[in-house]
Amino acid sequence: MKILVAIKQVPERDAQIHVAADGKWIDESDLNYTINEPDAYALEEALQLKEKNGGEVVVVCAGPERVTSTLREALAKGADRAIHIEADDLGQRDTLGVAQILADAVKTESPDLILTGLQSDDLGLGQTGVVLAELLGMPHATIIMQVEVVDGGLKVKRELEDGWFQHVQMPLPALLTIQSGGNKLRYATLMGIKKAKTKETKTVTSSTTAGAQAVTLERVYLPEKQKKTEMLTGTPAEIAAKLVEKLKFEVRVI
Amino acid sequence: MSGVLVVMEQRAGTWNKMSFEALAAGQQLAAKLGVGVSAAVVGDGLQTLGAWSSSGKVDAAFAVEHALLKEYTADGYVAALEQLIKRLAPAYVLFPHTYQVRDFAPALATRFKQVLISDVIAIHDGPVFVRQLLQGKLNADYRQTGDGPCFISVQAGTFRAEEQQNTAVAMEVFTPALESTQIRNKPGELFRESAQTVDLSVAPVIVSVGRGIGEQENIGIVEELAAALGAELAASRPICDNGWLPMERQVGSSGQTVSPKLYLAVGISGAIQHLVGMKGSKAVIAINKDENAPIFEVADYGVVGDLFEVVPALTRAVLAAKS
Repeated sequence: MKILVAIKQVPERDAQIHVAADGKWIDESDLNYTINEPDAYALEEALQLKEKNGGEVVVVCAGPERVTSTLREALAKGADRAIHIEADDLGQRDTLGVAQILADAVKTESPDLILTGLQSDDLGLGQTGVVLAELLGMPHATIIMQVEVVDGGLKVKRELEDGWFQHVQMPLPALLTIQSGGNKLRYATLMGIKKAKTKETKTVTSSTTAGAQAVTLERVYLPEKQKKTEMLTGTPAEIAAKLVEKLKFEVRVI
Repeated sequence: MSGVLVVMEQRAGTWNKMSFEALAAGQQLAAKLGVGVSAAVVGDGLQTLGAWSSSGKVDAAFAVEHALLKEYTADGYVAALEQLIKRLAPAYVLFPHTYQVRDFAPALATRFKQVLISDVIAIHDGPVFVRQLLQGKLNADYRQTGDGPCFISVQAGTFRAEEQQNTAVAMEVFTPALESTQIRNKPGELFRESAQTVDLSVAPVIVSVGRGIGEQENIGIVEELAAALGAELAASRPICDNGWLPMERQVGSSGQTVSPKLYLAVGISGAIQHLVGMKGSKAVIAINKDENAPIFEVADYGVVGDLFEVVPALTRAVLAAKS
């Protein structure tokens, strides 16, 4: 089975975020980037499926030169090949625009299965996978915890709200968006890192230039506080004493 | 092309309550724009939903019914709603941001060469749609620039469904043309992993732990604080993903929704998915090393500091105060 994993590179979770001078995006100058965490779970699922059923795992990522570090990391964890879609203008593309360059780049690969994370840690729109499936004419299922290869296709476990789940059977080729926590993530081994250097990373230029968008991100800004927060300061012992006062006289739980 | 269409959600004849929040959002938007509102619900045998009522005006309501829509499938819902939207030609289509909507609405928008503006928390004049970025660290204003219908999903709990001036709404049946071959996925029954033994929704005091705890071994200090306060221990998703605490202790959109007297968040940054599960708490105390963590936006009392120093000190102070 040929499995393609679409991954995104995003700012690290604990990165200090500053709004860029033009107010339209974040200041990217001092940021460290990493793999989008739900995509790491998608990669893990792909590697485990390959270990069980054989086949090939191809990782694909769109973005500027810096995303090749995330692709190399995926190769070190066990992916067989990588495709870098060169695109410096992702910020000028909406979900449909990004999904379109992914669709054009993966069409020639004809994968049996495409996996991606359920959403990105930065934009969090949670749609690229579903839109990609629609563009490729594939069935999809979202927020998937487990994947099993069965006769005639897949049996997947979808997460629903409030602790409910559902199994869904679907034919191949298909696209799944993967939820975190279904598997334990692996680390790259020293051997894996060495091997990654011999693996192929193909660079393709994005199929289109950024055109008209259906939706536009106009402005980013710090959220207004929903509550007036009283900040408590001092040494840990002083803070603890102040908190106990609040717990006794304001919140009234002790 | 005009008007607002709100797509509501039901399962097996029971409303998803978030539907009425989406309806409230749709009515607000329609009032701003001076246009009409219609509502639709998809399924089979929808008369079991009975008469329903709306606090505001609904100009038309549609029961999108077909035997192939009995069980939810993305293929069925996309095909059916595509036909309804083509007939009604609304300028805006609103959904509640449920797991089901996340599964099909992006594909539906793609059919119209549009992009769903998902998980919207506010609608301003323009209209400008506000959603959160980077786990809630920033807000962003989005505007529709395409020329098709604008697709929006609204976050749970951000628009209030008023219960006043209820007026009964009669539904017109809309029967889409569907073939069984169009539906590629075969959905199974809904199930739960195991009987839930912890009901966090009734706990008066909750101490909740997040990523900031760093290692499984460190959870002990939070357990001690919970014990001192007589509180239930809860966690954000990453803690349960790592298996450090059982899934049933998870608070958030994929876990439990809680509204205790006190929610004490330790090392929790406050991603959207977590906040929707706890923002109904009466009082929130947050301890986090990052002063910009979104958890402070919903906190009554905040401590920016090292949880490994503050939490043990607080446990000692609580025990001393109680003795």
